[in-house]
Amino acid sequence: MIEGLAAIYIFMLAGFTGYEIISKVPVILHTPLMSGSNFVHGIVLVGAMVALGIAETGTEQIIGFIAVLLGAGNAVGGYVVTERMLEMFKPSDKQSKGEGS
Amino acid sequence: METLIQVSYLVAAALFILGLKQMSSPVTARRGILWAGAGMVLATLVTFMSPQILDSDQVSTNILLIIVAITLGGGYAWYSGKKVAMTDMPQMIAMYNGMGGGAAAAIAAVELLKASNEAAHDLSGTATVADILGADVAVLGILGAIIGTISFSGSIIAWAKLDGRLNRSKLLPMQHVINALLALVTLGFAAAIYFTNSIDPIVIFYLLALVLGIFITVPVGGADMPVIISLFNALTGLAVGFEGYVLGNAAMIIAGIVVGSAGSLLTQLMAKAMNRSVANVFFAGVGTDSGAVAGDGSEGVMKEIQAQDAGILMSFASQVVIIPGYGMAVAQAQHKIWELSQILTEKGVSVKFAIHPVAGRMPGHMNVLLAEAGVPYDMIYDMEDINADFKNTTVALVIGANDVVNPSAKNDTSSPLYGMPILDAINADNVIVIKRGRGAGFSGVENPLFFADNTKMLFGDGQKAVSELIQAVKEL
Repeated sequence: MIEGLAAIYIFMLAGFTGYEIISKVPVILHTPLMSGSNFVHGIVLVGAMVALGIAETGTEQIIGFIAVLLGAGNAVGGYVVTERMLEMFKPSDKQSKGEGS
Repeated sequence: METLIQVSYLVAAALFILGLKQMSSPVTARRGILWAGAGMVLATLVTFMSPQILDSDQVSTNILLIIVAITLGGGYAWYSGKKVAMTDMPQMIAMYNGMGGGAAAAIAAVELLKASNEAAHDLSGTATVADILGADVAVLGILGAIIGTISFSGSIIAWAKLDGRLNRSKLLPMQHVINALLALVTLGFAAAIYFTNSIDPIVIFYLLALVLGIFITVPVGGADMPVIISLFNALTGLAVGFEGYVLGNAAMIIAGIVVGSAGSLLTQLMAKAMNRSVANVFFAGVGTDSGAVAGDGSEGVMKEIQAQDAGILMSFASQVVIIPGYGMAVAQAQHKIWELSQILTEKGVSVKFAIHPVAGRMPGHMNVLLAEAGVPYDMIYDMEDINADFKNTTVALVIGANDVVNPSAKNDTSSPLYGMPILDAINADNVIVIKRGRGAGFSGVENPLFFADNTKMLFGDGQKAVSELIQAVKEL
């Protein structure tokens, strides 16, 4: 378990990390990157699995089931669309001669 | 086992961060998503061995339910994600993001219900949710619940609006006042959850938060939707991070907060590229404030040009800069445009693509659409890189774009677009605008570029007009 000050450290460092990753991104990657970060918070699936795993009553199981359903949708959907978008980014193969970038 | 799980979570978190880092360059982006995907698979698999799950009284039922839910949710998302057209990508991102927010809110619901149940059966008789969970867990859990729920219902509205299923942008008079009051009442019930052991405030709290998400999103204008989606993306990240704290799950905390902060920055960058502040997006909408827009600047006549003449002009140009807008994507003309630029390149014309930061439905969306058509990314130039080059350009070909080349954004202080950075197409020797009709653009603002001396209009459907251009160029 992570508690107290240690958690605050993690929050802070993770916050700086996220800021640092994005600060130098070219505009052409904004949409894929938004999609990519959308995929990354699909990690909520793991928490949803635990929530359903510890459910004891019927109500808890129903809500937990919804959580896993939605979390899996976030993770899988986020992955598929990001991958499809990034797959298409390729440099020009032959015809780009001269014309410094 | 516990150690193995924790180490796996740590590896997963590292893979997420490295993956996102690689996604920030077009060269390594593809590898980035693969790494992040590997992290996700690892984290999911080890969670099945979590003692919290295995020690439950209902372990076999619950594991079965988990597998069924993953199969259904993941299967649906896989199918819809594979099938969606590239033009519809923004609303799909909104949808998946909303699911994540909903999942975070649902996790909080399970924890809060458990805690209130436990508190109600506590022997002292006065125990509250906060006593059971501890103040820190209770506060962050409830915060994550409200943020996640708003992101959930808000994202669904955003999806519906972008998908053309919902057009209204007015619900109630004084919407913003009502929203503020609703937010206060919701927070009131949040406090009630904290200080009692009753289930009622939990139910009311979730219902109010759902309505709040809807009320916040409905008034937002279509052009501002990307900013809202990006904001909800950041909020979901935050909610996931908070629920990660509730569950003591390091991977969720790190991944959630990284996305929360990265998403906030991305939201600001997008809003800036669109010349809007984030607060602006919430409290106003371009074009909704009466029809005082039309009129000025629209003197003069549009000069028409035929495809033949335009083709000749471009064939003998030294440089052609193509400025695509969302209209091109709607007309599905991007493949034809790429064909045209290949033919021109063969004729020795230097062809470049100029992309405005907000071309398409969200920043970078146009790049994706061009990439889909096969345009290599090193032919595509950002606004800052191309603007100085327009004076060396023989022909600027504007297709399906309007506001992003509107010079009144620069020189007309009364224009609603004033202050928005634009592509200086007007500086090119010739401007050819492919346009369906004579009307104003997405925002309803007149465009003086269309009346400029060096501008010729090529009226017609984007795809058909470009086919004619190709024909004309080929015949030479």
